[in-house]
Amino acid sequence: MDLNYTVDEQDFQSEVHGFFKTKLPNDLSRKVKEKKRLSKEDMETWHAILNEAGYLNAHWPVEFGGKGWNAIQRDIFDVESSAAGAPRVVPFGVNMLSPVLMAFGSKEQQQHYLPRILDGTDWWCQGYSEPGSGSDLASLKMSAVRDSDHYVLNGQKTWTTLGQHANMIFCLVRTSKEGKPQEGISFILVDMDTPGVEVRPIIMLEGTHEVNEVWFTDVRVPAENLVGEENKGWTYAKYLLVHERSGIAGVGDALASIEHLKHIAQDQKKDGKPLADDPMFAARLSEIEIDLSAMRTTNMRVMQQAAEGAPPGPEVSMLKVKGTVLRQSINDLTRRALGPYAMPFVSEALDFGYNEKPIGPDYANPMSMDYFNHRKTSIYGGSNEIQRNIISKMMMGL
Amino acid sequence: MDFNHTEERQMLADMAGRFVREQYEIETRHKNAESDDGFSRETWGQLAELGLIGALFSEDAGGFGGAGFDVAVVFEQFGRGLVVEPFLANLLAGTALTDGNESQKTILESVITGETLLAFAHGEPSGRYYASHVETSAKAADGGYVLNGNKGVVISGDTADHLVVSARTSGAGDDKDGISLFLVPANVDGVHVRGYPTIDGYRAAEIALKDVKVSADALIGAEGRGLSIIETAHARGTLAVSAEALGAIEVAIDLTLEYLKTRKQFGVPIGKFQALQHRMADMMTEREQIRSALINAAGSLDSDERDWNISALKNLVGRSGRKIAEEVIQMHGGIAMTWEYAAGHYSKRIIMIDHMFGDEDHHLEQIIKIGKAA
Ligand SMILES: Cc1cc2nc3c(=O)[nH]c(=O)nc-3n(C[C@H](O)[C@H](O)[C@H](O)COP(=O)(O)OP(=O)(O)OC[C@H]3O[C@@H](n4cnc5c(N)ncnc54)[C@H](O)[C@@H]3O)c2cc1C
Repeated sequence: MDLNYTVDEQDFQSEVHGFFKTKLPNDLSRKVKEKKRLSKEDMETWHAILNEAGYLNAHWPVEFGGKGWNAIQRDIFDVESSAAGAPRVVPFGVNMLSPVLMAFGSKEQQQHYLPRILDGTDWWCQGYSEPGSGSDLASLKMSAVRDSDHYVLNGQKTWTTLGQHANMIFCLVRTSKEGKPQEGISFILVDMDTPGVEVRPIIMLEGTHEVNEVWFTDVRVPAENLVGEENKGWTYAKYLLVHERSGIAGVGDALASIEHLKHIAQDQKKDGKPLADDPMFAARLSEIEIDLSAMRTTNMRVMQQAAEGAPPGPEVSMLKVKGTVLRQSINDLTRRALGPYAMPFVSEALDFGYNEKPIGPDYANPMSMDYFNHRKTSIYGGSNEIQRNIISKMMMGL
Repeated sequence: MDFNHTEERQMLADMAGRFVREQYEIETRHKNAESDDGFSRETWGQLAELGLIGALFSEDAGGFGGAGFDVAVVFEQFGRGLVVEPFLANLLAGTALTDGNESQKTILESVITGETLLAFAHGEPSGRYYASHVETSAKAADGGYVLNGNKGVVISGDTADHLVVSARTSGAGDDKDGISLFLVPANVDGVHVRGYPTIDGYRAAEIALKDVKVSADALIGAEGRGLSIIETAHARGTLAVSAEALGAIEVAIDLTLEYLKTRKQFGVPIGKFQALQHRMADMMTEREQIRSALINAAGSLDSDERDWNISALKNLVGRSGRKIAEEVIQMHGGIAMTWEYAAGHYSKRIIMIDHMFGDEDHHLEQIIKIGKAA
């Protein structure tokens, strides 16, 4: 074992570091670091810059135009990206749909959609959850009925992240009520401009608009938009869930957030001394750092095993649980660090170009919002309860 | 020992409870919170008429309550309704005025009738939770005083008619002596108030004092002896927000319980999953622990045991309150992440109460200090 980067890995790190230094627009990284609202254009701009550099799909297999990055490379990129204050890549097209299309899509679908994902022509969102089907996704009801060369879709998806920006949605739909619920689900691609698709905003508890309801009324979708075979959609959806192991732990974001918290803890004074010197605060922070240091290695071990072809195991679920709880504990300690200034919240101050004097320290305004917003991470993508069910089922075999 | 409330106090609790249940639904609450003032003056008037402001003050002060349990039962109901009307600010500042001169006591009477609004302008931008941290200065001049300094996160500070302001007449930094309190009309020259919302739907203000001239009779109590008044006000305020947290916790747990019984996944109510049952059991146990700590603190509010019990209560509210607030969201799933559903608003209030009068760690530190001094 050798915990040092090889020469190649060192070179890779400086290459990536240089990229963020020269190509990440200043305004954009300031917005991210100051937790301002990102516009659709901001996200598109960054997407285009990554694509131009060949980094957007560097994790794709070489045969599909990727660079086939290994676990260490992906970790380095993730950590550098967060440290530089780069926006998170919207994952639905390039990280979620693409692997499914590569594994199960037709040649035509691959040739049509993959380039459009890269060049930003299509913005995808994920239509899995329904009001009655969250954790029990297989109970989903939205129907797709074949009508000659079309499917006719009726029903409702919900919690659709950034659906307000999207022009395409990949959906799990019910094509059969026979047999087990999992056996009647299909995976279909829908143009959101089709008549009968309606997007309605859901406002979150901290007042942000990031999720939506998407309603479907007699929406006619060409049959060629079906991915793979009819009634096999569950297999594809599951493939997607276990295939996308990287990034689930959120190591880079956690590291950057701890740096930010340390900065806050130096600036905040308690009894005339930096809060960072307070024993109780320092104990809480140090515990988080211990956990994170171990998790970073767990993450790389899991990703490397995956790259070497190990079948997906319970480790993915471990990373999801540990990663989200850890991230939430950083949010929690950050709000504590602010003292009374965790309370003020001026929504307009989230807009870039707001130039009134901040209430309290300039970093304070978004931090409680972030704390509440990040409660979502242990709910979505398979809740932490569901992840623990998976871990215990796989490991205990009872 | 007797853990029952007196008949009168039970009536007070029932009355406040009925008002919240019948006239303060969550939609009304949001409407009041989102109005220009951040609360409804009409509601405030109604509540004053019901005697709910008077219940917070003793008969000597013109009220008809003022005991720890009076404050506790009323604020518990306010917590159940997430009531945004400025009770806390008026409790704090009003408590200070009970030590005031005759004209200040007259003002307190008009607070109790709902005509006058006060705020407690004590905390400062760099003071965190330390009661003796006062940098604002009060210099004697022309038979009165001139005030200069900055006050931060003054609860309901943007709608108050008068401010109770702490300022140093001597000493520096965190000295315990030398802090004086003044009653200052909010509209005099040199008082600059910048109001803003808090993330849980309440209002606060940053207040800058620039050469604010007040007369000698603006002083509340004796010069330089303000800290013990501030500590009394803070103890009562801490009791109040802790009771509020308990009320919010009760509703949040009830909502969760109801949801666990009705929300079905995998063909069964999610409450059937033991992974959730045990956590629910813990939450309900913690709720009872908080209720007991509240009883301990309310019962010792006017005794030597006050500070230990108040800090024990606030530590528990911070520690267990956080757990409950987070679990309430988690056990609901996505629905509790929305503005439209009430549970998230209760969680926000419970968490933000950790930032008033000292958080979990602050009060643990106080408990350790008191233990060492004993
Ligand atoms: C901010 C946000 C963004 C999202 N984005 C998307 C998106 O883009 N696309 C999409 O399709 N979906 C999205 N989701 C939906 C998300 O995947 C679901 O919220 C999640 O699957 C949980 O479902 P639910 O909310 O219906 O909760 P429920 O499934 O009703 O669960 C309620 C509670 O019961 C627990 N529970 C359920 N079953 C069990 C069990 N067997 N054992 C123990 N506990 C159990 C859960 O863990 C949870 O605590 C998003 C959700 C959020 C909050």
